[in-house]
Amino acid sequence: MEEVKLMKGNEAIAEAAIRCGCDGYFGYPITPQSEVLETLMVLEPWKKTGMVVLQAESETASINMVYGGAGCGKRVMTSSSSPGISLMQEGLSYIAGAELPCVVVNVTRGGPGLGTIQPSQSDYFQTVKGGGHGDYKLITLAPASVQEMADHLCLAFDLAFKYRNPVMVLSDGLIGQMMEKVQLPDYQPRLTNEQIREKYPWATLGKKGRDKQNVITSLELVSEEMEKVNNRLQQKYREVEANEVRYETFLCDDADYLLVAFGSSARICQKSVELLREEGIKVGLFRPITLYPYPVSQIHEYAKQVKGMLSVEMNAGQMVEDVRLAVNGLVPVEFYGRYGGMIPTPEEIVKALKEKLMA
Amino acid sequence: MKEEIIIAGFGGQGVLSMGKILAYSGLMQGKEVSWMPSYGPEQRGGTANVTVILSDEKISSPILQEYDTAIILNQPSLDKFEPRIKKGGTLLYDGHGFVREPKRKDINIYRIDALETSIALNMAKAFNMFILGGLLKIRPIVEIENVLLGLKKSLPERHHHLLAQNETALRKGIEILIPIHVL
Repeated sequence: MEEVKLMKGNEAIAEAAIRCGCDGYFGYPITPQSEVLETLMVLEPWKKTGMVVLQAESETASINMVYGGAGCGKRVMTSSSSPGISLMQEGLSYIAGAELPCVVVNVTRGGPGLGTIQPSQSDYFQTVKGGGHGDYKLITLAPASVQEMADHLCLAFDLAFKYRNPVMVLSDGLIGQMMEKVQLPDYQPRLTNEQIREKYPWATLGKKGRDKQNVITSLELVSEEMEKVNNRLQQKYREVEANEVRYETFLCDDADYLLVAFGSSARICQKSVELLREEGIKVGLFRPITLYPYPVSQIHEYAKQVKGMLSVEMNAGQMVEDVRLAVNGLVPVEFYGRYGGMIPTPEEIVKALKEKLMA
Repeated sequence: MKEEIIIAGFGGQGVLSMGKILAYSGLMQGKEVSWMPSYGPEQRGGTANVTVILSDEKISSPILQEYDTAIILNQPSLDKFEPRIKKGGTLLYDGHGFVREPKRKDINIYRIDALETSIALNMAKAFNMFILGGLLKIRPIVEIENVLLGLKKSLPERHHHLLAQNETALRKGIEILIPIHVL
């Protein structure tokens, strides 16, 4: 294993991409994630692993370059922040429709519109409920540390290829900009074209002796056929929901109340739990790591044990809807959030929990 | 051990890099560390600040409401962060350009005339290292040797010829610290 280093979340994304055998990165700079492209340019991976790093002319171009690379069975990715991710939605729907693997990193900033460059979690709905058109799903990972930025990037590629589906790493400006200790993964070689042909027979790398050419498309004008495509997608999503739920709990076993939070909010909530426990109040933290598939049954189980839950988010109340669906009325589910680039403090959350659930 | 520090001043005073050197020093000392900057338009001339946490245990929130120690380099930062120092905590400030002195009586207050001294010694660029030296005198959270290692790690190699000057500044900072109000 590599030595422990100190770096920003954005830098960890770039380092991890090279190490997990990424073939190509296509992106366009935007605060607060510009260090991803900057770091890749400084590291010059094309000299070491042959990985392509390209600054595209726009986010729209970036995602379509990713679409092309993914069609060839390559491990390709892009990253951006909220307004840039909005521009990519059409491409993401096409990639999901064509059932191709790719990784997209969103270092979220406050919106709507151009908004602010400060951290936010207001792209939850866009990521897990759609964003682009049609009945598709993005497998979504929510890192809560710089270490997880690196770990999730590699996991994202594995999941993308396992399910032939785009994977979103939903981070934010806080995790992107902060520096922490990180242990980077070991180098993993890029696949050769021969290996790709063998491993991914759907890849469009030339016919090479096969009878029929591979076709990558999301278009099917015969509705009966398009319904079959959708059935296949839905079947895949059920499989993802059955197998890929990931979450973490902190002091939940004896908890009377639960904070539910993802990504950087979860880090802040952990401190709130520590403060509340000092006062003798039994509070735990439930952190969904996958936002899709969502840990529905796990949250439901805790609802049988606790008196109430508080969803804490850096938005005006998005994930709280999924917590309520999971709890299904068993106990009250309240919400506390800051938005527009504001970050809640641990003390604010303590106060909110007392007011909303213990009053 | 856990030390929660805010460093705040104008963009360009070396606020973020001082935090970085401190974080690297913690890394060298085997601590858990986090470094969370204000990365907004502040970098372009307004106020800048960075939260640095060094701890023996895993760090939960990198964002804080209150701090053990505040290093303050300008008036707006004093106004903003003086009320947010924990009772019994420490305030270290550079004496230059303040129209209002710190007023709390329940914290330790130290002044360091780092700007004046660094200019007098023709070492203005090492200004923030004088401050860091002062900090280590009051809060010896990391060994000087590890600060020097951390400095080497955080400086690009093309600047390594400046390491000796930075060490001088660090050690001088320890000497020029002035206690103002000590509990």
